[in-house]
Amino acid sequence: MTPQQRGAAPRASADRLGRLLNLVPYLLARPGIRVAEAAADLGVTDKQLREDLELLWVCGLPGYGPGDLIDMAFDGDRVTISHDAGIDKPLRLNPDEALALVVALRMLAETPGIGTRDAIERALAKIESAAGDLADAPVAVRLPANQEKLAAVRAAVDSGHALRLTYYTAARDETTERVVDPMRMLMVSGFAYLEAWCRRAEGTRMFRIDRIDAFTELAEPSAPPVGAVPHDVSDGVFRPGPELPLVTLRVGRGGRWITEYYPVEEVRREPAEWLVTMRVTDLGWAQRFLAGLGPDVTVVAPPELVERIRSQATTALDQYAAPQPAAPEAGR
Amino acid sequence: MICLLSTRRFLTAAQIAATVPGYEHDASDPRDHEAFQRKFERDKAELRELGVPLETGTDSIFDSEPGYRIAAREYALPDIHLAPDEAAAVGIAARLWQHAGLAAAASSGLAKLRAAGLEVDPQATLGVEPVVTVDPAFGPLTAAARQRRAVTFKYRVPEGDEANTRRLEPWGVVCWRGRWYVVGHDRDRNATRCFRLSRIVGDVRAVGRQDAFTPHEDADLISHVARSSGPIARTGRATVTVRPGRAAGLRRMAVETVPGTDGDRLTIAYGDVEWLAARIAAYGPDVRADGPPELRESVIQHLKELVARHERVQPAVTP
Repeated sequence: MTPQQRGAAPRASADRLGRLLNLVPYLLARPGIRVAEAAADLGVTDKQLREDLELLWVCGLPGYGPGDLIDMAFDGDRVTISHDAGIDKPLRLNPDEALALVVALRMLAETPGIGTRDAIERALAKIESAAGDLADAPVAVRLPANQEKLAAVRAAVDSGHALRLTYYTAARDETTERVVDPMRMLMVSGFAYLEAWCRRAEGTRMFRIDRIDAFTELAEPSAPPVGAVPHDVSDGVFRPGPELPLVTLRVGRGGRWITEYYPVEEVRREPAEWLVTMRVTDLGWAQRFLAGLGPDVTVVAPPELVERIRSQATTALDQYAAPQPAAPEAGR
Repeated sequence: MICLLSTRRFLTAAQIAATVPGYEHDASDPRDHEAFQRKFERDKAELRELGVPLETGTDSIFDSEPGYRIAAREYALPDIHLAPDEAAAVGIAARLWQHAGLAAAASSGLAKLRAAGLEVDPQATLGVEPVVTVDPAFGPLTAAARQRRAVTFKYRVPEGDEANTRRLEPWGVVCWRGRWYVVGHDRDRNATRCFRLSRIVGDVRAVGRQDAFTPHEDADLISHVARSSGPIARTGRATVTVRPGRAAGLRRMAVETVPGTDGDRLTIAYGDVEWLAARIAAYGPDVRADGPPELRESVIQHLKELVARHERVQPAVTP
């Protein structure tokens, strides 16, 4: 028996016990609910719910008479708990549950551009009070962002119309116009995004709100095609695939921070520096980005990128060879 | 479990064993009895994990063996009444977690709230949804902060070579700009420090007793992490010439754009001349810095360094 197998059986029984304990108060609060509706609501199959009900029915303490047994009445496909045997309330929240709910609510309350902040804060206060001591979660959240812009984009998304965006694409260093069908707005790793169907690219795209330079609401409704699937952003927004070009850099101490802000493939310690390998969407972007990092970063591969940086910098220097046309230096 | 819930008396292990299917065993057979005890202990631990407070005690002084019952008052979720918009917020909050363990905790927490009568609309949205991810150290650090236990962990700053062992009295965990930090009293430095969770290497270990410290009086956790991140004052004005249709990234920083014969003349507001110079240098011949002189000089310096560094590289390139 593997450790997983040993762990699996008790886990399943604990899950079932947790479900059973919630089931009685759930049904108590909803007398006469249809079994199918309750099952769908609780995320179990009809069959599973009926088995749970049968198990509950026989629960109780033998020898203590019928008053100690859970009793329920079936009316066709509807069920009503007629005796709860003392299980009229769900279990209190355990520490992890309290933490997960309280932190997520604080996160919501701090998220810029949310309309119903007031409701979130009221809900948070009530959950904290229900969780008692456990709610005193030592977690604080702050998500700064450009509030006005986020609120403006959100209002436009709420209108349910397609939007025309003026959007800056950093990978290609260009600003373009495009019409998009908004799907949702997200906050990932401190940045706010609009996820939308892009009619120009004919695909689902994430637009960083701070790179939307302008937008107008169109008269036509937002209509993402049925096949438009939201991105899985649980591992971040940019997940470089193996098809993207690899770039190798020699990085000094002062440039080492980039490995915390950008996904990298490998970091190798050299005697005085680090050799960092990363995948980039575009060599042009890599040139602008890496050459702009200053003296702590040197590109060592691929050779065409090294040559591009060197030759462009050489050409750029020629611009300064002639005396400056404007006057400012003359006075010195 | 249900049998325990529906009784107000203490039941001994033997009484429970006689009642509960699955606990049948021969108490006179030591091996069988031992197996039952192991199972019983495991189930008790499971109950406590579910949030069930098990009390131990006896009903009378004549009972020699301790019994178990559930503390009814502590067992139950207190009454909670949420308005529909509040319920919607809780429903959304519960599905924000991307971290598997806390996602499961959030949904089992929500299941309890629904059992208490909460009606949640699974379709509800709130406009902007934060994607909540945490580093592995999040769980142990929040638990230690709540219990006020000290922790030790290995910590590696990117500029450093080796991970160092740190000893911290954790006051709390902070999310700032999408990154997680722990703030507390560093026992070795004898000072307030914050640590980025993503730089913690390996496990966080709690050490020593509970309630071992008191967090700083006015410990505003956020201020320890955020204090250096004020807005940048952009008082400088740079003039640059940009080739037509190029350098869109610089153009969108411009406060003024005037089309000219040799390119467009931009005015850019800046705070840090070195930062701007590095960006201009990276655009190569598409951009020329015209002033102020310190910017022009800095760009020339950056370009010379770029050439020198990337000339040296050439022979060293390996396939």
